Amino acid sequence: MTALHRLTANRAAVCAFAIVFLVTALAFLGPLCNPNDIETLDWAHVAAAPGRIGAHWFGTDRLGRDLYARTLEGIRVSLAVGLVASAISLVVGIAYGAVAGYLGGRADQFMMRFIEVLSGLPLIFFIIFLTVVFGRSPYLLFLAIGAVGWLTMARIVRGQTLSIRQREFIEAAVASGAGPARIIVRHVVPNLLGPVIVYATLTVPQIILFESFLSFLGLGVQEPHASLGTLIAEGAGEMESAPWILLVPGGFLACLLLCLNILGDGLRDALDVGGEI
Amino acid sequence: MTILAIDDLRVHFDRRRTRLHAVRGVSLEVAAAECVGIVGESGSGKTQMFMAAMGLLAPGAEAAGSVRFEGTELLGAKAAALNRVRGSRLAMVFQDPMTSLTPHLTVGSQLSEVLVTHAGVSWPSAESGALRMLERVRVPEARRRLRQYPHELSGGLRQRVMIGMALLCDPALLIADEPTTALDVTVQSQVMDLLRSMRREIGMAVVLISHDLGVVAGLADRIVVMYAGRIVESGTAGDILERALHPYTAALLQCVPNLHGPRLHRMPSLPGQPPDPGTDAPGCAFAPRCAHVTQRCKAERPSLQIGPSAHAVACHYPLPA
Repeated sequence: MTALHRLTANRAAVCAFAIVFLVTALAFLGPLCNPNDIETLDWAHVAAAPGRIGAHWFGTDRLGRDLYARTLEGIRVSLAVGLVASAISLVVGIAYGAVAGYLGGRADQFMMRFIEVLSGLPLIFFIIFLTVVFGRSPYLLFLAIGAVGWLTMARIVRGQTLSIRQREFIEAAVASGAGPARIIVRHVVPNLLGPVIVYATLTVPQIILFESFLSFLGLGVQEPHASLGTLIAEGAGEMESAPWILLVPGGFLACLLLCLNILGDGLRDALDVGGEI
Repeated sequence: MTILAIDDLRVHFDRRRTRLHAVRGVSLEVAAAECVGIVGESGSGKTQMFMAAMGLLAPGAEAAGSVRFEGTELLGAKAAALNRVRGSRLAMVFQDPMTSLTPHLTVGSQLSEVLVTHAGVSWPSAESGALRMLERVRVPEARRRLRQYPHELSGGLRQRVMIGMALLCDPALLIADEPTTALDVTVQSQVMDLLRSMRREIGMAVVLISHDLGVVAGLADRIVVMYAGRIVESGTAGDILERALHPYTAALLQCVPNLHGPRLHRMPSLPGQPPDPGTDAPGCAFAPRCAHVTQRCKAERPSLQIGPSAHAVACHYPLPA
């Protein structure tokens, strides 16, 4: 049975994938069927509950902004941060980990100590520092989170590379005169993809959660733009009077995280790398 | 003309407390277009000797001495210099074809990679070179095999692919490390036939490493018998197979099953174990297992004495030829 068969036989993973797909489609296509934008203030309907006012499907927040439009924007931003930051950590982590693992010896020791030093730095301080120096921008957020996310990826990749390096086909490739760069790119990295894909899938929700946490603290996306985290932060203030301002973005966040995690677990089982992560 | 000259090669592994000696001072020359069989049990150092030559020693291993290939010193050479030789002039076929091919690359792309690396050709023309080579090593339906992955091929086919990969750049020397050990007996003889005919076709020298004298006998011009990291006897195939001088060689020969001889109830075997690679006793390494051992054997190590017709033996009391 191929990995794809095993994945499609996993009903929970298929459902999770469908939900992630639907939410993503909603986030990108949803604005087409609702005229509200994210910043227009509707003073006539401040903090309106969902369904009360025809035009505001998810209600409005305490400034009268349409919650439907803002939530979809929040999902788009959160997904983008999750995907871009994961991609950065994926690329950097694979390159760094594969080189460290393949070279081994002193180079490996040095590269891994460097990672340990970096992971010892307090992440929040690092990001506050960056926002103070460079100002708040979504690109900075991508970079800052990606810059931290690659550490674990590099460790996983290095560990896998160490075991692949012992395999005979690597010895055969060396014997055929291939240089280290070609061996890493052609013979080592493709063999890492199983565990790496699984880890990356599980990184996306972590990063979304982390971005929400940063936004909740006010370090993330800036008004009037919204991420799920800023929306939740806003909603938390109105929890008693207008709970939907919290529940709508919170529900989407919880649902996305759950589904991405289930999907990651499903991929791990399907690609049979259970013992390795 | 000598193409490979190994001079006093020593390979040892440093463990936490002990030093394990895999090769203890071996000198060996291989002439162009010659086939040399290297025979010995597991741990006799036959493989490590050529791993050192290829720069493939495991981390922690150290080699001393000299290995010159076509006039270039290989020991301690930079990886870039080794890579110009490895896979082009000096090629190696490994024991286990099941694990020596990269699983996620097609056969064609692995063969092409060698040509791209060494011959500097483009990928498309490398692919046609790969196809021609698969046909030369008699892989049936070569065009289809090119697109297949290693797991879709049988063991014998994979070893043909490995041999083809080694021969892509017309090497001057092919090192075949137990090329048939992992294969069925019927496939073994096909692979040996292939090696024999490719050797004739290309005119390369072959070093055939095996623990099986029977395998070596069919192909080798010269046979070198190793024991515990040293050469104990070397000579022409005829010398070794018919006029063995060393008791170890004689014992090995007795272990080759013979279809035409009398039926035996037990396969003959050599009692005892080879010496611990961590120790370095003064006498002959084979003394504890030798039927003709004397006090002198335990005290004094015999050196390799070259007799008439280059038949050399390291024994104080060689058997009557």
